[in-house]
Amino acid sequence: MPEEVMSLGSPAGQFNEELLIRRIRDGEHDLFYELIRPYERRVYSAALAILRNEADAEDAAQEAVLKALKHIRQFRAEARFSTWLIQIVVNEARMRKRKEHAHMIEPIVDHQDEEGNYTPRDFADWREIPSETLERKEVRQRLAEALASLGEKYREVFVLRDMQHLSIEETAKTLGITTASVKTRLLRARLMLRDLLAPGFGGSWSTKLFFVKGTKPW
Amino acid sequence: MVVSCEEVWREISNYLEGEVDASLRASMEEHFRGCKHCTAVLDGTRNVIQLYGDERMVEVPLGFSHRLHRRLEENMASGRRSFLGWMTAAAAAILVAGGFEMGRSSVFSHPELRSDHAQPGSGVPPDMMVVVSEEGKTFHVPGCPFIHDKARLRTIAAREAIREGYAPCVRCMRKYLSASLISPSASADSEAQVSGSGNPNLK
Repeated sequence: MPEEVMSLGSPAGQFNEELLIRRIRDGEHDLFYELIRPYERRVYSAALAILRNEADAEDAAQEAVLKALKHIRQFRAEARFSTWLIQIVVNEARMRKRKEHAHMIEPIVDHQDEEGNYTPRDFADWREIPSETLERKEVRQRLAEALASLGEKYREVFVLRDMQHLSIEETAKTLGITTASVKTRLLRARLMLRDLLAPGFGGSWSTKLFFVKGTKPW
Repeated sequence: MVVSCEEVWREISNYLEGEVDASLRASMEEHFRGCKHCTAVLDGTRNVIQLYGDERMVEVPLGFSHRLHRRLEENMASGRRSFLGWMTAAAAAILVAGGFEMGRSSVFSHPELRSDHAQPGSGVPPDMMVVVSEEGKTFHVPGCPFIHDKARLRTIAAREAIREGYAPCVRCMRKYLSASLISPSASADSEAQVSGSGNPNLK
C-alpha cells in the first residue's frame, strides 16, 4: 500500500500529513478523509484487539475517528499522528470495555506475578514461516484466537507494540504504564503466544502449510 | 560470560528488540549455538513478531471504509447544519437588535453629543435652568465646581442645552443620570423632587 508507506515513513509523507492537518484545522474538513485513509486498518485492528468483537470494534473505530476530527486542534506536532490516533482508539475501546463490565467488580491491583520469570512450556521447533501463510483464513483464525486468549494487559501491550508498531515509550504513554512494565508484559505476551502457536506451526499444521506453498504432499 | 536458559528467556524479547548490550548479545548467541530449546524459543518468538506485525493479520470487514466515510460525512453535514443554524440565529438576533435600535432612535431622536463619553440627558428635567460654556461639552447645575471657562457661561433650559448637543455633567447631574438609567418613572419622580426642593448646590 504505497500511500501508507509514504505516510508512515518518508519525510515527504510526513510533510504531506502536516500540511493536511494544518488545512483541516483551517476549516477544510473534507480533507480529513485523506488524512485518515492510510490508518483505517490500524484503527480497526486496535479496536478489535481490545474489544474482541467485530461489531463493537467497528463502532468504536468510527467513534474514535470522529473524536479525532473533533479534537484535531489538540494534536501536537511533536507526536506522530498515527500514534495520537491509536491512543484515541485505545481510550475509546477501553472505555467501552469498562462500561460493558461495569457490573463486575474488578481488583484494583492485579496481583499476577508480572515480575516472575516466564518458563516456556513447549520447545517445538518452529522454523521460519513464510508470511504467505497469512493468506489462509484458518491460520489468521488460529493467530486471532491465540491473541484473544491472552490476558488484557498482555494483549494491549502486544497489540500496540507488535501490531501497531508503536515504540516502547509510545506504548507506555498510551496505556499509562512504565516502560519497564511494557517490556515485562511484552516478553510474556510474546512467549505465551509462541507457546500457544509453536506446536501447531511446528507440527500438525506444517503439512497443510507445505500444501499451500505448492509442494504436493504426494 | 556464560548465560543460563532462564537468563536467555528473560532477555529474549530485549534481544530481538536490539536492546541488550554487546557482551550479553555475544553470550546469548554463544548459548543459542549449543542449545536447541532456546533456539526454538528464539525462532518461535521471532515468528510471532513477524506474523502479528503483518497487516494482513487483521481482516477488515467488508464495507468498513465506506461506512466510516459515510459516518464522517453525516457528522460533518450535521456540523454544517448546526453552524448554519447558529448563523441564522445570530443573524436574527442582529436584525431584532437592529430593529430595536432603529425604533429607539426614531422615537427618542437625540442630537449628536459633543462628548463621546457622555450619557444623554434624557433624565434631566427639561425646564430646569442649567449653565453651559461656549467651548464646553457639558451642561451643569449653576455653581457646579466642575464648570470650565466660567467667563463665558450661558444659562439656558436643560431642554435647550440637550438640543445643542451638551451632555449632563456626570457629577452635578449624577442623580438624574442614574434615575434615567433606572426607569423613566424614576426620572419623573426625581423631576418632581427637584422642582419641589430646588438644587442643593444653589444654596
